[in-house]
Amino acid sequence: MEPILNAKNLVKRYGKVIALDHCDFELYPGEVLAVIGDNGAGKSTLIKALSGAVVPDGGEVWLEGARVHFHSPTDAREAGIETVYQTLAMSPALSITDNMFMGRELRKPGIMGKWFRQLDHKAMEDFARKKLSDLGLMTIQNINQAVETLSGGQRQGVAVARAAAFGSKVIILDEPTAALGVKESRRVLDLIQDVRSRGIPIILISHNMPHVFEVADRIHVHRLGRRLCVIDPKDYTMSDAVAFMTGAKEPEAVAA
Amino acid sequence: MSQSDSYEDIVKARREEKFAEFEDERKGLLHKFHHALHVTPALVPLIVLVASIVIFGVLLGSRFFSPFALTLILQQVQIVGIVAAAQSLVILTAGIDLSVGAITVLSSVVMGQFAFRYGIPVPVAVACGLACGALCGALNGFLVSRMKLPPFIVTLGTWQIILATNYLYSANETIRAQEIEESAPLLHLMGAKFQIGGAVFTVGVVFMIVLMLVLSWVLRYTAWGRHVYAVGDDPEAAQLSGVNVKGTLLSVYMLSGLICAFAGWALIGRIGSVSPTSAYEANIESITAVVIGGISLFGGRGSILGSLFGALIVGVFTLGLRLLGADAQWTYFFIGVLIIAAVAVDQWIRKVSA
Repeated sequence: MEPILNAKNLVKRYGKVIALDHCDFELYPGEVLAVIGDNGAGKSTLIKALSGAVVPDGGEVWLEGARVHFHSPTDAREAGIETVYQTLAMSPALSITDNMFMGRELRKPGIMGKWFRQLDHKAMEDFARKKLSDLGLMTIQNINQAVETLSGGQRQGVAVARAAAFGSKVIILDEPTAALGVKESRRVLDLIQDVRSRGIPIILISHNMPHVFEVADRIHVHRLGRRLCVIDPKDYTMSDAVAFMTGAKEPEAVAA
Repeated sequence: MSQSDSYEDIVKARREEKFAEFEDERKGLLHKFHHALHVTPALVPLIVLVASIVIFGVLLGSRFFSPFALTLILQQVQIVGIVAAAQSLVILTAGIDLSVGAITVLSSVVMGQFAFRYGIPVPVAVACGLACGALCGALNGFLVSRMKLPPFIVTLGTWQIILATNYLYSANETIRAQEIEESAPLLHLMGAKFQIGGAVFTVGVVFMIVLMLVLSWVLRYTAWGRHVYAVGDDPEAAQLSGVNVKGTLLSVYMLSGLICAFAGWALIGRIGSVSPTSAYEANIESITAVVIGGISLFGGRGSILGSLFGALIVGVFTLGLRLLGADAQWTYFFIGVLIIAAVAVDQWIRKVSA
């Protein structure tokens, strides 16, 4: 099977620091691929190189068999790759709706939208409300409240809802459950299964081993800027995975 | 994982739920007031404006509280008001534009000199002046967005550059009102007066009010307006969520320059002549209006109508104190107090729990 998203020999340096050291990466259609690794292993840089937030110094990225060059997150979004960043990338003073539609606002039909470029607040609010209730984020009182008035978990929920609503080819989730409560984490995991059942593959970066082992089809272990190995969660235990990523144990055969 | 503690099971089953709703049990007047302020930030300067009009009206009676005097205030603040609109846009992106006064005066000089020195048809000269303003703004925007220089430094530099260009180009010559009246009345368009009852309006005043209303609509109801707020709030987050940050910044500075050029046109109408030494106070006065109007200097918060109210508050104090026969320094004294009070109130509103 051809990988839907594929990277070869990615290199990224920040001054003297090498964040990506000839790293390879493959994501197959319909799968949930977890990326695990120690702090500073280069997971976030890898994800940013795939989502356009970082332009790699070397290497190639292929989407559906075609070479792609992302120079900004917008390029990747237009290609159908949607990302939830660890920092969430939301404007605190703006409303939930404004944030969900930032950069892809809906305009009113007819003259007001076409000539005066008026936004269709009603349609955007309805859409945002529906997506939030899909995710079980029922503790949000007002869809027009500013994001800064939400709790950390609610903010993360909104960011995940945004990605799930718009991602068409690949969804990348960077630590999506780190700040969430038990119920919201559960909903995010359910959502990951939902999205997979719709056939959209997901890249999941997480430090939460139970969550990783619950939803992932394959686990990409990242160490020292490159892929150490890819393991099947059915064949290994959580302790094995932690041992690989911290360097306490060498994988016996380098599985590709 | 040990299955002994399956605490997550309870949330695995989806239940039908409604969005949470809470009774608002804050009955206190202060709380309601605080909430109203939080929702509409332009209310504070509006209240101050109305209060100051009432106070001066009581003190001065019909000398102040007449259509003529009140519309005189509008005429006196029109230049600052228009420039404050430009300043507000820039400050909403967490920037500052110190070159607004210089752009205003250079644009007015270009309009005048193009028409008189080169004999270019007046409408074309006006268009050239407007283009000149937009170009100066574009220079600021380019330096801020592409070169990533801090707006304060950029506009501190362009302020001097544009002002020097203005003096060098105009050779410090003033074009007299009489000449303009005779051969280029279009330059006086913004100063044209019309009366409704005792109230006297000028085209420039109407332009200021319409400009403020249009900008506040655009900021609220278009994607570009939302992007201006997002860029001011957190440029990195805006970039990641797909906003063209550089383009937005460039367009804001360009629009700011263009609006300043309109202010330059209004300036000719206001003072009658084209003088390269006018409008030197526009910088600090526009920033004052914006701050009193409740727009945060850190960007992303506030409403542009607040700046209009801020400019009017300054106008009300200036005229009211003059009619009271007070020393002009008292005006500056009270404006200083207002600036500090405005920022203090802003901090109080910010507190979500009061």
